[in-house]
Amino acid sequence: MDLYEYQGRDVFEKHGLPVLAGGVAETPEEARAIAERLGGRVVVKAQVKVGGRGKAGGVKLAADATEAYDRANDILGMDIKGHTVHKVMLAETADIVEEYYFSYLLDRANRTFLCIASVAGGMEIETVAEEQPDKVAKIAIDANRGVDEALAREIVTAGHFPAEVADQVVDIAIKLWQTFRAEDATLVEVNPLAKISSGKVLCLDAKVTLDENAGFRHADHEALEDKAAVDPLEQAAKAKDLNYVKLDGEVGIIGNGAGLVMSTLDVVAYAGEQFGGVKPANFLDIGGGASAEVMANGLEIVLSDPAVKSVFVNVFGGITACDAVANGIVQALAMLEGRGESVTKPLVVRLDGNNAEAGRAILDSANNPLVQRVDTMDGAAKRAAELAAAGK
Amino acid sequence: MAIWLTKDSKVIVQGMTGSEGSKHTRRMLAAGTQIVGGVNPRKAGTSVDFDGTAVPVFGSVADAMKETGADVTVIFVPPAFTKDAVVEAIDAGIGLAVVITEGVPVHDTAAFWAHAVETGNKTRIIGPNCPGVASPGASNAGIIPADIAGSGRIGLVSKSGTLTYQLMYELRDIGFSTAVGIGGDPIIGTTHIDALAAFQDDPETEAIVMIGEIGGDAEERAAEFIKAHVTKPVVGYIAGFTAPPGKTMGHAGAIISGSSGTADAKKAALEAAGVKVGKTPSETARLMREVMSGR
Repeated sequence: MDLYEYQGRDVFEKHGLPVLAGGVAETPEEARAIAERLGGRVVVKAQVKVGGRGKAGGVKLAADATEAYDRANDILGMDIKGHTVHKVMLAETADIVEEYYFSYLLDRANRTFLCIASVAGGMEIETVAEEQPDKVAKIAIDANRGVDEALAREIVTAGHFPAEVADQVVDIAIKLWQTFRAEDATLVEVNPLAKISSGKVLCLDAKVTLDENAGFRHADHEALEDKAAVDPLEQAAKAKDLNYVKLDGEVGIIGNGAGLVMSTLDVVAYAGEQFGGVKPANFLDIGGGASAEVMANGLEIVLSDPAVKSVFVNVFGGITACDAVANGIVQALAMLEGRGESVTKPLVVRLDGNNAEAGRAILDSANNPLVQRVDTMDGAAKRAAELAAAGK
Repeated sequence: MAIWLTKDSKVIVQGMTGSEGSKHTRRMLAAGTQIVGGVNPRKAGTSVDFDGTAVPVFGSVADAMKETGADVTVIFVPPAFTKDAVVEAIDAGIGLAVVITEGVPVHDTAAFWAHAVETGNKTRIIGPNCPGVASPGASNAGIIPADIAGSGRIGLVSKSGTLTYQLMYELRDIGFSTAVGIGGDPIIGTTHIDALAAFQDDPETEAIVMIGEIGGDAEERAAEFIKAHVTKPVVGYIAGFTAPPGKTMGHAGAIISGSSGTADAKKAALEAAGVKVGKTPSETARLMREVMSGR
C-alpha cells in the first residue's frame, strides 16, 4: 500500500525524523485554517500517488492564509496524470540550501534490503544514477543486522554527504531504517532530504509503501487506506475477502490462482482483438477452494459491474474438484436469483483438471440458458470475447 | 533421479495438526510420500492417524530429524509464525524446507533468508507462498495435486501454482521428472535459476518448462543463466502481458513498477537466450510437444 505524502510525513514524525509542521486539507477553507495555524507562509502540495506533480502545477507557494486558500482552490480537483486531487498538504516553507536523496527499499534480485543515498537529490534518483553514478551510494542492508551507527557513517561517506551535515544524516539514516523496519515498509524514500539555511537537515518529502502482508501486526495501518479513492467494486470485493482488481474492458473474469487468472486476462485480450478489441473487465482470483459461496460472491461483484457484457469463468481443478466448482456455479446463480438479482449476462465456463467430466455434466444438466460450456481455455476466451462484443 | 525430492526423501510437516496441514498431509501420504512425522511443541509425543497411518508428532524439527532421519520439511504454519518455523528448520540443519504459507510479511522472509545465508545455506528453502515440489510417482512435498501427471522427462519450474497444474495437465502424456513451484512473492528462497541448474544436471530431465509472471527481473536473470549454462531445451511462458502497471495482480510480487517487470521484456530476454516462449499456456504445451517429439 502506497501512502500519501501527508501520511508518510506523519509516520516520519512518529519515529522522530525531522519534518516540517504540516496538515492536510480537503477544502480551501481547511487549507486557510491550517495556513493560519502554521503562521501564514506555506507550501501547498497536491496529494496524489504519482510522481511529477510539481511539473504538473500541483505544488505552489502561498505567502499568507488567503493565498493558501486560493492555491488550494486551484489544486483541489486538478487532474495529475489521471489522478484527481482530493487533498492538499500544507507545510511550513523552508529556505533550501542543498537537496539530497535517501531511501531504503526491497532489493528483490539480491533478496535483501538496499539503501540508496546521494548528495545529489531533488530530482529523480534514476536520473542522478545515470548522470552522476559516482555520487550515488547503493549499500545492501542485512535484514537481521539493520543499520547501526557504523553502517550509517559508511552510507553517509559513500553518498558524498558534506562533513557539516554528516552527523545529522547519520541520525536520519538510523531513524529512517527504524521506521522502515518498525512499519514493515517495502519503501521509504526522502527526496529531497534538504539542508535549510539554518544548517538543519529536514525530510521535505515522504514516500512510504507498506507491506499489506504485515497488516496483522499493524492494527493502525488499515486507517491509512484511502477507501474513497478505491474503486467501489474493489472495495466491495475487499469486504468479501476477494482478490479483485478492476480493469477497463468488457469481459468479466473469474478464475482460480493468480497466475492462471493473469494468463486468462492475456488470452481474453488476444481473443478480443478479433472482436473489435474487447478486453478483460477485471482480475478476480477466487483461490484454490472455490466454494459455492465464494463463487456467488465473485459472480455478484463481476456481474454488478455495468461495463461487463459477458463473464468467463476459468477454473483448473487442482485441489478443488471441478464437480464442486460446477455445483458452486449452479448454486451461485440460484443464490443470486434468490437475492433478487436478475442475471442476464452470459457466462462462459471452462472446467479442466480434477473431475472435469463430472463438473461439465453438472453444468449440462442444470441447463441454464445463460451458461455456455467450452472445454478449452483458448476456445472459451474466444467465445466470451465474442459474446461481450455482441453485447456492447 | 528427479531433483531435490525422491522416493527416499523423508518428509516432516511443520503445522501438520492444523487444518491445511492435516488436509495436505493426508494427500501427500496418498501420493506415496514418506511422511515420517509432524512438528508441534504442544502435541509432542502424540500421533495423528491418517486413514490408518499413524504419524508421530515431535516437539521440534531437531527432535524429528534425530528420531526419523527426516531430510525435508513442509511448512504450513500461519504467516505470523512462519519466520520462526523456517529459522528452526534452518538451525536444525534440514536439507530442504518447502514453505507453503501465503501472506508472509516480506521483512520476515528477508530475515529468514539472511539467516540461511549467514549459516552457510545448508537448507534449500522453496517458497514462501508456493505449491511445493512434486516428483510424480516418487514423492510430493506440498499441495501440487499428485494425480495430474505421471513421471516423465520434463522438468518444470513456475512462479504460479495453477499454471503449474495447467501445464502438467496439458503435457501429462509425456510426464514430469519434477515440478517445482517457487512462489510469487518478492523474495523467494529458490529461484528459476536454481531449478534450471538442477534440471540441467539431472539425467532424467530432457527438457524444461519455465513459467514466469510480471514483476521483478528474475526471468531476465534466468535468461542470462540459460544462455550461459543450460544446454537442454527450455520452453517458457510468461503471464501478465496485458496487466496494467502499478496494480498487484494477486501475487505480492506480481506488479509492474514503472517500466520494469513487464511480460514483454521477459519474453524478449528469454527469446534472446534461445528459449521458445508460448503466447498462451496451450501454445506453450504445443512448443514443448514439438521439442519432445524429436527425442
